[in-house]
Amino acid sequence: VMRYDFVLSFVTMQEVTATSRHYVDRLFDPDPQNVLQGVIDMKNAVIGNNRQKANLIVLGAVPRLLYLLQQSSSSLELRTECAVVLGSLAMGTENNIKSLVDCHIIPALLQGLLCSDLIFIEACLRCLRTVFISPVTPVQLLYTDPTVIPHLMSLLSLSQHTQEYITQIFAHCCKTPEHQTVLFNHGAIQNIAPLLISPSYKVRMQALKCFSVLAYENAQVSMTLVNVLVDGEQLSQVFVRMMQRDKPIEMQLTAAKCLTYMCRAGAIRTDDNCIVLKTLPCLVRMCSKERLLEERVEGAETLAYLMEPDIELQRIASVTDHLVSMLADYFKYPSSVSAITDIKRLDHDLKHAHELRQAAFKLYASLGSNDEDIRKKITETENMMDRIVSGLSESSIKVRLAAVRCLHSLSRSVQQLRTSFHDHAVWKPLMKLLQNAPDEVLVMASSTLCNLLLEFSPSKEPILESGVIELLCSLTQSDSPALRVNGIWALMNMAFQADQKVKVEIVQALGTEQLFRLLSDPDTNVLMKTLGLLRNLLSTRPDMSSHGKQIMQAVTLILEGEHSIEVKEQTLCILANIADGNTAKELIMTNDDMLQKIKYYMGHSNVKLQLAATFCISNLIWNEEDGSQERQDKLREMGFVDILHKLTQASDPNLCDRAKKAMQQYLA
Amino acid sequence: MSGPSSGCGFLMSVVVHGDLALSEQEKELNQRLRSLYPAVSDQETPLPRSWSPKDKFSYIGLSQNNLRVHYKGHGKTPKDAASVRATHSIPAACGVYYFEVKIISKGRDGYVKYMGIGLSAQGVNMNRLPGWDKHSYGYHGDDGHSFCSSGTGQPYGPTFTTGDVIGCCVNLINNTCFYTKNGHSLGIAFTDLPPNLYPTVGLQTPGEVVDANFGQHPFVFDIEDYMREWRTKIQAQIDCFPIGEREGEWQAMIQKMVASYLVHHSYCATAEAFAKSTDQAVHEELASIKNRQKIQKLVLSGRMGEAIETTQQLYPSLLERNSDLLFMLKVRQFIEMVNGTDSEVRCLGGRSPKSQDSYPGSPRLFNSPVHKASSSQTYQTSTYYIHKFFFSASIGKKNILQKSGLLHQKKTFLVPKSTCFLAAEVEMEVDHFSNGVSESSSNGFLNGSSTHGIDLEELDSAQSKRQLCGGSQAAIERMIQFGRELQSMSEHLRRERGKNSANKKMLKDAFSLLAYSDPWNSPVGYQLDSIQREPVCSTLNSAILETHNLPKQPPLALAVGQAAQCLSLMARTGSGSCAFASVDDYLH
Repeated sequence: VMRYDFVLSFVTMQEVTATSRHYVDRLFDPDPQNVLQGVIDMKNAVIGNNRQKANLIVLGAVPRLLYLLQQSSSSLELRTECAVVLGSLAMGTENNIKSLVDCHIIPALLQGLLCSDLIFIEACLRCLRTVFISPVTPVQLLYTDPTVIPHLMSLLSLSQHTQEYITQIFAHCCKTPEHQTVLFNHGAIQNIAPLLISPSYKVRMQALKCFSVLAYENAQVSMTLVNVLVDGEQLSQVFVRMMQRDKPIEMQLTAAKCLTYMCRAGAIRTDDNCIVLKTLPCLVRMCSKERLLEERVEGAETLAYLMEPDIELQRIASVTDHLVSMLADYFKYPSSVSAITDIKRLDHDLKHAHELRQAAFKLYASLGSNDEDIRKKITETENMMDRIVSGLSESSIKVRLAAVRCLHSLSRSVQQLRTSFHDHAVWKPLMKLLQNAPDEVLVMASSTLCNLLLEFSPSKEPILESGVIELLCSLTQSDSPALRVNGIWALMNMAFQADQKVKVEIVQALGTEQLFRLLSDPDTNVLMKTLGLLRNLLSTRPDMSSHGKQIMQAVTLILEGEHSIEVKEQTLCILANIADGNTAKELIMTNDDMLQKIKYYMGHSNVKLQLAATFCISNLIWNEEDGSQERQDKLREMGFVDILHKLTQASDPNLCDRAKKAMQQYLA
Repeated sequence: MSGPSSGCGFLMSVVVHGDLALSEQEKELNQRLRSLYPAVSDQETPLPRSWSPKDKFSYIGLSQNNLRVHYKGHGKTPKDAASVRATHSIPAACGVYYFEVKIISKGRDGYVKYMGIGLSAQGVNMNRLPGWDKHSYGYHGDDGHSFCSSGTGQPYGPTFTTGDVIGCCVNLINNTCFYTKNGHSLGIAFTDLPPNLYPTVGLQTPGEVVDANFGQHPFVFDIEDYMREWRTKIQAQIDCFPIGEREGEWQAMIQKMVASYLVHHSYCATAEAFAKSTDQAVHEELASIKNRQKIQKLVLSGRMGEAIETTQQLYPSLLERNSDLLFMLKVRQFIEMVNGTDSEVRCLGGRSPKSQDSYPGSPRLFNSPVHKASSSQTYQTSTYYIHKFFFSASIGKKNILQKSGLLHQKKTFLVPKSTCFLAAEVEMEVDHFSNGVSESSSNGFLNGSSTHGIDLEELDSAQSKRQLCGGSQAAIERMIQFGRELQSMSEHLRRERGKNSANKKMLKDAFSLLAYSDPWNSPVGYQLDSIQREPVCSTLNSAILETHNLPKQPPLALAVGQAAQCLSLMARTGSGSCAFASVDDYLH
């Protein structure tokens, strides 16, 4: 097929093919000396010549070169030259790499590493390096043979070249926790740590990159790293030195990543000076306008990750070097200037524009995740809300996700919900986003929606009118627990102190069947929010005629099941709410089983449960209601008065108070 | 009545302790300022070290060596604001300048307005907070705003209060300023700053107290790291400076400079080899170079009598026409007699020739660092480094400064006596300067010495047994006689040519040596140091060259001198980048 393509391409190519064929033919010469000379000539012919490389590959040079490389009868010189030519071919296009990989170059070269000749090993490693760092090479090929990694580790001591190539391969091929573990178990840390002070910059840099990929979200590696000494110095201090402002940017940035990952993995405290005074300022500097666009993206993403869980770091970052307004610049690509003056720059800008925007949104999200003042500062940044709104509907999924994360972070602010969120009608693009989006976007968007549906949010009304209920009900049927939680949570918020009309709508849309399914959801969060929804639905004199029995059933089920205190408390609260309505009272009073349960919880060791159960009884015996006398009598017979009497002596003031109030009903 | 007396004793001990602490602090301050601002000349442009008791509003009180500022006004209206400036303005040669202020107290509660920290020019009204007036800049703690010569502030950073440390950094390269709070940079506050600003702090609330740190203590913010960044930037700028299109001419020019330098210092064999390999003509006869070399060696080994004699022989009219030079040589001869190294006294004394007279630093020919201080010879600095530089740099490089930076060698020197010179590799490693003994020279052209019959002895352990004129009575008499001759020569000169204060001082200093029983350890003993032969040697060499119509100074030294001058000119005209471009950095 490839040859067919090739013939089709150009007439003039035929000439080139002729010379290329000559090179390939010489590989088959019976005289080994001629073969060697042929390979050397080929080497000189392909350097920097992508077309020549493609030709040779099409003409089948690769299998022959590999054959010669693997033959033990070949001279070492020939084998080395073959590896060099293959390395040169790999330097070409991605298609070249694909062809090489298809010819099984990787196992052949790995096999070559078993040779004892350093020059040959280096040539093989150089080629392997080039193949492995290509995005088209499956990383897994490094791990197929379990003897490869330990052998590579042993080659690290041979020369600066082997160090450079091997660490570069590791840095590129460590993509999963499994890879991290394999490398870790084969002594990657002890073997690579000394390379951090190598006289060669390339070796230092690749070793550093190795540590950044090894430490990422890996507590085991990170915890080991903090105790490593390099020439008597702690590794974290070596990284700090690499972040000095006169070091190359690449080095500063990668060292900052290492420390960030170690910090996030719990190996370094967030208030450690190397984080607060070194890593954080270094990452903020990486966001500055002076840096390359790629560096700014990486800097912002790493910084967002570093401070995500720590409010103190967020506060410091928010005042460091005008970070909040510096980030506003991320949205100005491609700049209007570049469009006119420089087509190359425009292309460059365009390529990075999405990445820049999503990085900025991520960093804003992280900055504003806890502190109200920072959120205010962010929303007051020029055109911030407009940018989020347009970000929500961008074509790039990454930008949309980051924008909604940012919106979610800001939506934790009561102040912002009341003002900027409403002013910019952010609910509209948010609703649109919810219609059709991948799960990760949906999780963030629905979570944001939950906040927008809080009762004080002015957006609640328009959202209700937009027919959101159906959408939320469908979320509760999702396979993803996070989406189910958010769906039911949003409904719960919606039902809080809502009109009867809304409540009816919710019940109808959700359906009792789904409601009960959610009550038996394996995810506790889902269960809790469902109970919360029930509680909100039943909070105002509920009409129990329709679902009374089922609800009682569900309540019994939960109270009997193995659930946490919080779940049971919520359930008792529902019972108490039910006990506030007339028909419901009957349902409870005729259910001795249920009354026994209430009694049991009044004597429970957990005060919250005692309180909820007492609340329940108090509602049942309330004087002004019809039939209160009979209920009081029945409950007295069952021994509730004695329990209430006891509870008036309780040490918890709330419980004591509640019990006294209930007792008063008997005395009146 | 032991009470008062013990109290007094206590007080005294406190004072004494305070003095000690002060001197310790002073030492630390000097050390830190030197390492932070190495390019600043403290005589020309003193650094701020404290607040000025003279340059403040009356509501300001100073204490603790003028580092603590407190407010003593009413603090009712903005009219009660008061400021104080530091003793000196910030020198441009700092490149990057930094000071910190710690808020000891933000003042009495209930006052919402308080301090400002910043910069102001000389003469700006002190009855104001920094930032309110023209040429005044401040960051205010109550609202976190920055004030750029205006009564209205711009939102800038966080507010600050008791316990916070606020830093102010002036970048004299791009004329900007940023602040720090508790070690965190807050970002650029001002741009386009004028020159000669003073650190300034302003207060306006009763009870406000702040402490300044001009370098007395380590800074909270890592200013050195920021400076490192700028040093790298400036050096990258120098390295990338366009040289011009005609690169070949550069190479030729540099080769010329190197060759002329070799000739100037009479490295004849090296010069010859270099000229040959780079295809150049030498503008002085080899014999002449060798002659100069011979004389120089005599001077540097302290054999002044022979040096004078040889000079008179080879350049008959030179000293006749230049009586001041002759006088200077004679004075030096007198000193060498005292030292016991001059040939005349040496042959009289039975003293071993192996003492004192070997010159340990031959590569530091001519222009010694001693000359650095004298203003008339500004162009003569750093010869020492030139030697080091030029023998570690490879030939024909595009840019001396740039390329020499690539080659680092601890000890790379030319050994005049028997030097190796490899045309292909100019780099040589010699363990130490060792006159005459070539420890590592492997081959090459002999630079003369042994054929001249001058033996340059090794340094001995003679230090401990130094005696006047080598300890011989006859030698002492000869020395005294010579001194008389010198005295009469001086009188003769004065009669003929009028008073010459330099000559007078020279003679007086030399004679003063006799006033001490151990001249070597006397206040004038420095004259006996062999390093003092360098200026004499250099002056004589220049004089000889002048008679041949050759330049007094080698062009290479001139270029280095010019570069150094250029930097000090930059410092004076306010170009801060001079701080990070020391010539020495390029002369490895």
